[in-house]
Amino acid sequence: MSRLNPQSGERIDRTKTISFTFDGKKVEAYEGDTIGSALYAAGRRTFGRSFKYHRRRGLMCVAGQCPNCICAVDGVGGGGVRACIEPVREGITVTHVNAAPSLEFDAMRATDIAGGPFTPPGFYYKTFIRPRRLWPLYEKILRNAAGLGKLRRSQPEREWRTEYRRRHADVLVTGGGVAGLAAALAAARLGADVVLADEGAEPGGQQLIESERQGLAALVADVRDAGVEIIDKGSALGYFDGLVAVWQRDTLHQVRAGRHVFATGVIEQPLVFAGNDLPGVMLAGGARRLVSLYAVSPGRRAVVATTSDRGLHAAQALRAAGVQIVAVADLRPETGALAQQLRSEGIPVFSGHTVIEARGSKAVEEAIIQPVVGGSEHAFECDLVVVSGGTIPASSLLLQAGARSAYDAGRGHFAVSELPANVFAAGEVAGADTDLAAAASGELAGLRAAHALGLGDDTSAAREAELASSLAEPAAPDLAVAPPVSGSGRGKCFACLCEDVTAKDVHLSIEEGYDSIELAKRYTTVTMGPCQGRMCQLPSVRLMAQETGQGLEQVGVTTARPPWVSVPMGILGGRPVEPAKRSSIHERHRALKATIKWAGDWRRAYDYGDPEGEALNVNRAAGLIDVSTLGKLIVRGADAGEFLDRLYPNRFSNLKPGRIRYGVISSDAGRIVDDGTICRIDEDSFYVTTTSSGAGAMEEWFSWWLADWGDRVNLTDVTQGVGAVNLAGPRAREIMAAVTDLDCSNEAFAYLDGKQAQIAGVQCLILRIGFVGEVGYEIHFPAAYGQHIWDALMEAGAPLGLRPFGLEPQRILRLQKLHILVGQDTDSESTPFGAAMPWIVKLDKEQDFIGKWALEHYSQHGAGVALVGFTMPNGDVPTEGAVVLDAQGTPAGQVTSSRHSPVLDRTIGMAWVPEAFAEDGAQITISDEGRTLTAEIQTKPFYDPEGEVLRS
Amino acid sequence: MSFLLECPNCGVREVTDFGFGGEVSARPKSRPSFRELNTYNYFRRNVAGVQREWWFHRSGCRAWFIAERDTTTNDVKFTALPGSGDPGGEAAKAAPEAGGDLL
Repeated sequence: MSRLNPQSGERIDRTKTISFTFDGKKVEAYEGDTIGSALYAAGRRTFGRSFKYHRRRGLMCVAGQCPNCICAVDGVGGGGVRACIEPVREGITVTHVNAAPSLEFDAMRATDIAGGPFTPPGFYYKTFIRPRRLWPLYEKILRNAAGLGKLRRSQPEREWRTEYRRRHADVLVTGGGVAGLAAALAAARLGADVVLADEGAEPGGQQLIESERQGLAALVADVRDAGVEIIDKGSALGYFDGLVAVWQRDTLHQVRAGRHVFATGVIEQPLVFAGNDLPGVMLAGGARRLVSLYAVSPGRRAVVATTSDRGLHAAQALRAAGVQIVAVADLRPETGALAQQLRSEGIPVFSGHTVIEARGSKAVEEAIIQPVVGGSEHAFECDLVVVSGGTIPASSLLLQAGARSAYDAGRGHFAVSELPANVFAAGEVAGADTDLAAAASGELAGLRAAHALGLGDDTSAAREAELASSLAEPAAPDLAVAPPVSGSGRGKCFACLCEDVTAKDVHLSIEEGYDSIELAKRYTTVTMGPCQGRMCQLPSVRLMAQETGQGLEQVGVTTARPPWVSVPMGILGGRPVEPAKRSSIHERHRALKATIKWAGDWRRAYDYGDPEGEALNVNRAAGLIDVSTLGKLIVRGADAGEFLDRLYPNRFSNLKPGRIRYGVISSDAGRIVDDGTICRIDEDSFYVTTTSSGAGAMEEWFSWWLADWGDRVNLTDVTQGVGAVNLAGPRAREIMAAVTDLDCSNEAFAYLDGKQAQIAGVQCLILRIGFVGEVGYEIHFPAAYGQHIWDALMEAGAPLGLRPFGLEPQRILRLQKLHILVGQDTDSESTPFGAAMPWIVKLDKEQDFIGKWALEHYSQHGAGVALVGFTMPNGDVPTEGAVVLDAQGTPAGQVTSSRHSPVLDRTIGMAWVPEAFAEDGAQITISDEGRTLTAEIQTKPFYDPEGEVLRS
Repeated sequence: MSFLLECPNCGVREVTDFGFGGEVSARPKSRPSFRELNTYNYFRRNVAGVQREWWFHRSGCRAWFIAERDTTTNDVKFTALPGSGDPGGEAAKAAPEAGGDLL
């Protein structure tokens, strides 16, 4: 491991060593290292292979911005993990991505050496289009070649837990550099509740690369003392109407703030020249971070190419770290004071020059510089090319918040302008070029944010005015704007490193007509890679402007969209939570080895191992089913009857206490929404049941109309608090006699009676309804007594052949009676008339009701289609969803339910058919997955068609 | 979409607490023509600006209430339980009469 002497602000702890493996080889690191810094210290220069051409790529930004060092840690990654910022941890397994068989020898490299002409933008549309029949083969190959890294086929369950956190604050400051810290401090000192989100391992931003960090530690301490909550290693992903999502390790903070300060800084830009992607070509900031944070020397002999003092500062810092600076190409034509100083120190500075080519086989071996306006080239042997091609504001979040950007010719980039009212910008992103200006603009933004919230006093107002005037006229920027590309013709000049888009590709896409930046983006995929435009947006806009002869302002930039940082989907998903509802009897179903399946949010007993046997047992003896999932509403009040009359197409105000009526809820469009039974308890109270899946929606529906109409009605949802079972079958009455004193004879307790009585000592509401077509009692009780009631009934019924039955036998039994299952046999188009229930619509009701006008229309014009029963003469059971064909063989309906009925021993089903077919004995043709079947219509229930059994 | 709503019962909550009930539309008071009925059932004004709408505090008190919200900025002007202290802002005046003239 080669390290520099201790640097003043280094982040590594040399007393603690950590080891990990990279592609199977052991690597030693210090605590505080990143995977990237440790590998670089160990001599590695190639960190990955590029997306398309599989060229070697090395560390460039050392800030998690560029795509070059994407790797996988313990098999996870490819896109999300960047070696240069990923901290080392003991024992991790790091592997390269996108190279096979190995990082050093990559077979796909052929695409770079020989494949140039075959891999223009959109090459796979052009190359792999013919012959068409080979596309499946092409697709297989391309799928393998595409993407970075591999997804694991299986994800161990709950291996990685993520959380959401909601935080409401007065002010959110995004970015923890000098400006952000100053803003947070100013706002917090005026009493604002401030959150600061910083993506670094420690606050400080650009200050951290300086060896002299002027007062940074004190500033951070002040910020903490002022009560600011600092979210460290927190990446802001996007701005959503005043809410910023901040990803910190396993937590997604959703920070909503009244005011926002963005101090997100700038992103240093690369230069576009031949070979600008070779390992050893590094951004000035990246080279400096390697030195000052990790005490790693980026190289031995360096050529620096810059457009501003950034590169000159880097040259000084690298020289101090022992790197020989063999040449500095400063694009600015005039030699400034800093350049003079460098010359006096013996560093050759070439004013008006830029780098046009980097050469080397595995890494940089030579760099060539040339004057921008004519002149001869100079070649220098070197192993490092430090480039600084200017900066762009990291303005994505500001733009998402509604700011606009405008081309700033002086700085050569798109600067932020026109901020929305509750948003402030501070520091470099707002054009503050120096630390001093950054601190002032930060304080100003913090004061403005606090003042906008009504905080502060005269002193702070005066301070705001003072700062505003001092910042009113910023110094003219001292920089030169780089040419869109230098050294084209000497080799590939990459505008976009993520997607391997060269200057030539941009030229070609414009030639092919993709002459707007948004079109070129989609065609060449420039700005669409992992860097999200950080490295390529400005270069591509410049190339576009050059090629089309437009101004940069006219070309414009592509729309800023979240996420600003690559984020694992698991973070956005939050903690994997799948809430399940279980009835109070659930444990009994488990003990009986029921097949438990999801039914909406509920875990329900689907069957107990023998669905047909269970159904048959209900018809022959007796069955018990847990129907606790039914929606249950108590509607009580002086207007309760009238309220139900307005909600349902039939009447309830004339229902006698102790009696039950079936009801179908229809929408104002006359469509079936839900169904259930309603029992009038007394003059003022009704007990309403809804379908299991519709329980929540019906409570909302009822309360919505109640809110609108303002009837004197109270609505209580007792779905969760009341359990229910349905006891049905020829022996049901005998079983009832064993558990209750209530007279259950047909004379005393008739069909559609509802009575309250004790069962096994528990006060219950008992509804005699025709749920499954046999004599049946639906027993409702406080949910806590569920197991008690179940046990009492099962025990009393055992000698009489009582068996539990599940959801599947229930479907068979209800289908035998042609009872519709809302949502299965009906859809959003079904009307009560179509569903063969015209009797439920009372159009002669004096008052208005939901769906009245639409139902009037359908009563006159017909529904066009009808829901009917059918049987299959040859015993086939068509698939639910199979198509019903009309006489011409045109699809005209579909099968909604079909089962084998054990008691009838034949196939029964329900289907939507054209109205003309809706008569007994009519033949329909069903097309079912290639089979053509014939079915016979039956409009009456298959079992007990006249309901004699039910009423007995 | 992300903003705060003030439930008249519970106070200010994240919008994810609530269910959206759509814009307030006037139900025809007397028998509408078929065209008016379909307009009421299937057509919405879809205002770009201040809109009067229904909200349901699904993860809270489960009350329905009225809000007036600028659909372009998600700026909520006010919320109120129906029929109580509803200031009836500009959107209330603009709400369509039965049947509407939306076609």
